[in-house]
Amino acid sequence: MTDLAPATGTRAPSAGTSDHPSDQPVSNTRVTPPPEQSARARTTERVIGVLALVGTAFTVWLGLWVTPPDKQQGDLVRLVYIHPGVAWVALYLAFGLAAVSSVLYLWPRTRSLFWDRLAAASVEVGVVFNVCTLVSGAIWGKPTWGVWWAWDARLTLTAVLLVLFLGYLALRRVPAEPEVRARRSAFVALFAVLDVPLVHFSVNWWNTLHQGATVLNPGLTLKIHGSMAWTLLLGFVAMTLAFVWMLLVRYRIGLLEDWLDANELDAALAERQSEGTRTPDAGGAPAAATAGVPGGTPVESAGVA
Amino acid sequence: MWRDAALVAGKDLRIEARSRVGLSQVAPFGIVALALFAFALGPDRAVMARGAPGLFWVAVLFSTVLAVQRSVSVESADGARDGLRLSGIDPAGLFLGKSAAVAAQLVVLEALLAAGVIVLYGAHIEVPWLIVVSCVLGTVGLAATGTLYGALSSGLRVRETLLPFLLLPIVAPVLLAGTRIWQAAMAGGTPSDGTQWLRLLVVFDAVYVAVGVLLFGPILETA
Repeated sequence: MTDLAPATGTRAPSAGTSDHPSDQPVSNTRVTPPPEQSARARTTERVIGVLALVGTAFTVWLGLWVTPPDKQQGDLVRLVYIHPGVAWVALYLAFGLAAVSSVLYLWPRTRSLFWDRLAAASVEVGVVFNVCTLVSGAIWGKPTWGVWWAWDARLTLTAVLLVLFLGYLALRRVPAEPEVRARRSAFVALFAVLDVPLVHFSVNWWNTLHQGATVLNPGLTLKIHGSMAWTLLLGFVAMTLAFVWMLLVRYRIGLLEDWLDANELDAALAERQSEGTRTPDAGGAPAAATAGVPGGTPVESAGVA
Repeated sequence: MWRDAALVAGKDLRIEARSRVGLSQVAPFGIVALALFAFALGPDRAVMARGAPGLFWVAVLFSTVLAVQRSVSVESADGARDGLRLSGIDPAGLFLGKSAAVAAQLVVLEALLAAGVIVLYGAHIEVPWLIVVSCVLGTVGLAATGTLYGALSSGLRVRETLLPFLLLPIVAPVLLAGTRIWQAAMAGGTPSDGTQWLRLLVVFDAVYVAVGVLLFGPILETA
């Protein structure tokens, strides 16, 4: 099968021509309307977005002004309110969700493009968070370790994950029918996820410099206390909410992109045809405007500017 | 499954034996890569000997990409893929056969590259069997992952650029393990230095061979 198979849209009868002033049908090209977002979904999305914004604002306020500087690290410790939260989203939440969605897509009983779009959205947002993790880590590493980058096990794993999922996104950009692209992407995500524990062990044996996990260490005992602990926790919540909001928006955009892929040509044709009947060039000949459009029906009102 | 695998592997190896693409292009490429590493690291043989394990595996990885591209492209002409699917060959057998053919070519290439590393970089190997085992295990993993990704990307026009991007990060554990085992073998340390890496290679091979055997059918339908 080729990767350039034309995406054929379903031509459902619709209200696409309802805005035409003339009574007679102007064209035989009908366009499926783009998927609408339900009122509840829109509200949910907005609420989560506002919560993420407020949470982030509070994290910034608490992290920069309220919490005390650290004995050893001074003001540098304030990065602890952002960096682990971002890393948690990038390394666990986003890629975990992408892995689960990909497997659910591959599993015949749960196969649905919903899981494919969810995986795609999750990886894309996860890559953004992954880059933020690396950048904030580098900013933190320079003054504390003396280097922007160290070939430490966790840094290396993060970088490898980034490259693996950049590959996933590159594959998704290859034009293909939605089902073909979904299966291909799901396989690549699955192979990448299987690789993660192997990379994890190999880079661990290879080199370790990063401090142990602060929050997610075995036993889940927090090593920092008071306002710092609460701000750190809030950072996790805020970043998670930001991730969920971006995921929802990206999913909706993915839905619209798929609609556009399927209906782009029909929509453009319909637009072109209505253009020929409704808005000829101001000074040009009306006949020329309609004659150039295949299938366009010349109507009496064509000359009206 | 095994009979199908032998058939497919025999077919691929016969094609290679007759076309000599592997011999006349992939193997010389490996040697060129070794020479380029030498130019990059300067004429100091001590530096080159120290870097020899990693350089060997990097050269193997790049050659793997070429070998896989070749293995895919022999199926892309004249509807050969559809022919294979129509022939009733078990997909698992097809996967094992394609992988085995790639692996066989890689083993020959590795022998050549190992000789090159010893002669050109002055690498001194204390524990030869460790080298042999690491090469065999690493090759199985490289061939299996390469065949999987080759099949996934086989229908794509952008295969040449996409395949290395997808494949090389995945095989990073092979590079790490292979390099460490070589270092152990060259330092003359106890073989136990390399055993955890050997175990990692075994797990890597098991995971991707199992995935290939189980999923190659659906993957072929996808591309």
